[in-house]
Amino acid sequence: MSGALWARAFAGIAVREGLRFVRQRGRFFSALVRPLVWLAIFAAGFRTVVEIAPAPPYASPISYEEYVVPGLLAMILLFNGMQAALSMVYDREMGSMKVLLTSPLPRGFLLIARLSAASLVGLAQAAAFLAIAWVWGVRPPPVGLIMVMPAVMLGGLMLGALGLLLSSLIRQLENFAAVMNFVVFPMFFASSALYPLARLRQAGALLGTVAVLNPFTQAVELIRFALYAQVSVAALAAVIAALLAFLAAALWFYRPARARGFGGGG
Amino acid sequence: MNNASPAAAIAFCEVSHRYGRQPALDGISFAVAPGQFAVVLGPNGAGKTTLFLLPARLLPLQAGEVRIFGTSLDADPRGALGRIGFVFQEPTLDLDLTVGENLRYHAGLHGIGRRQANLRIDSELAACGLGDESGRRVRQLSAGQRRRIEIVRALLHRPPLLLLDEPTAGLDVASRAALLARARALAAEEGCAVLWTTHLFDEVDATDLVILLNRGRIAARGPLAEINAAAGTASLAESFSRLTSDRRAP
Repeated sequence: MSGALWARAFAGIAVREGLRFVRQRGRFFSALVRPLVWLAIFAAGFRTVVEIAPAPPYASPISYEEYVVPGLLAMILLFNGMQAALSMVYDREMGSMKVLLTSPLPRGFLLIARLSAASLVGLAQAAAFLAIAWVWGVRPPPVGLIMVMPAVMLGGLMLGALGLLLSSLIRQLENFAAVMNFVVFPMFFASSALYPLARLRQAGALLGTVAVLNPFTQAVELIRFALYAQVSVAALAAVIAALLAFLAAALWFYRPARARGFGGGG
Repeated sequence: MNNASPAAAIAFCEVSHRYGRQPALDGISFAVAPGQFAVVLGPNGAGKTTLFLLPARLLPLQAGEVRIFGTSLDADPRGALGRIGFVFQEPTLDLDLTVGENLRYHAGLHGIGRRQANLRIDSELAACGLGDESGRRVRQLSAGQRRRIEIVRALLHRPPLLLLDEPTAGLDVASRAALLARARALAAEEGCAVLWTTHLFDEVDATDLVILLNRGRIAARGPLAEINAAAGTASLAESFSRLTSDRRAP
């Protein structure tokens, strides 16, 4: 198949993801409101409790709201990735995954196309949240607002690939509560999203190590540096490595020879 | 019929499949020629859906071979998928999207450009009496309309082979008849090979190739009259009952 045919397939998948996101109004609304609640309530309350020492990428002391915005951007991506995984499991249970997987294009391409489409939806949510944060008074340098977009996309792909991997391992929709308990919450809280790594290390050496090894932390730091027009090479390398590892594992589990969840009953 | 005949639209050659230790299909061999309407008839649990999921590559081929127009599925899986239209047992349309959006999604997955896709969608929807429904959300349609749209979808990439897995399940009598008539017309008028699975023997016609599946094995195969003659009965209902009487209770 020529490149144009592959592009049409990607466009078809991307349009469907976009339409589903817009049509499912509850999802659309909560995706925007969730980080806003954290910014308006949690961060406002925490501002008086937590003091952020100036450390790269911040040149001067900053407010807690300013500190927490990159973490909330990554939170949007984490929830979007898990939502995409939930959609994959739902589509498999309901049958519409079969439509995707019986396309005459390589299965790896189809899954990567779907992952990329979901990440674009995440990117749009992140951009909308940055606009709200701007109104709220969190105003990173304009060049940072541009630089953060590829970082958000990369972080979204990495967390989406994790979701894809989880969706290949989870057989039933009901098991998704376990994902929230054992993946989303630990990843979010044991990270630099809400408190600086230095503070986590003060709390305990083990917690500090866990936070550094947490791929979500690396996504947060990549976004944080990019938002202030800097590149954290370590975070960039870690996010790319995690993306490749999650994607390779997901494609391995989705390969036709290990097809599961489609078993016949008749 | 020669199972390995390159002329066959689809040929199953000694296909077996098991779920863990549980056998689902055992040594299945039959072929469907272009323009032929074949019915895989069997009780629930006979292995019909397993048989259907193998050429879709939604289950791995464990033993035997599936040939699509003479080419082994393993040798050219993508080429095979491009030549088959699938209608799955469960509804697979996206309820939140319109009919047109669902169909354009499928067209995209098969690399069909938007303009050509729209032309085909309009003509196929008109052909099955759903010409005005393109802008409606699938959620607003009846079960029978949804099924007909799934056939439209399966035909968008103009496949010469159509596989339908219990497509009439849950439909009323009129919808069943309309769906069956549409599939038969595709075989008779357009030369499309059709493989139709069902447990409803009144969906079988005298000219069909019938494959009677029971507990993962072919209990009988051939035209209706041959099967009845072999079973020593006057009707398919009796043959069905006699040939599947050893079925374990669920």
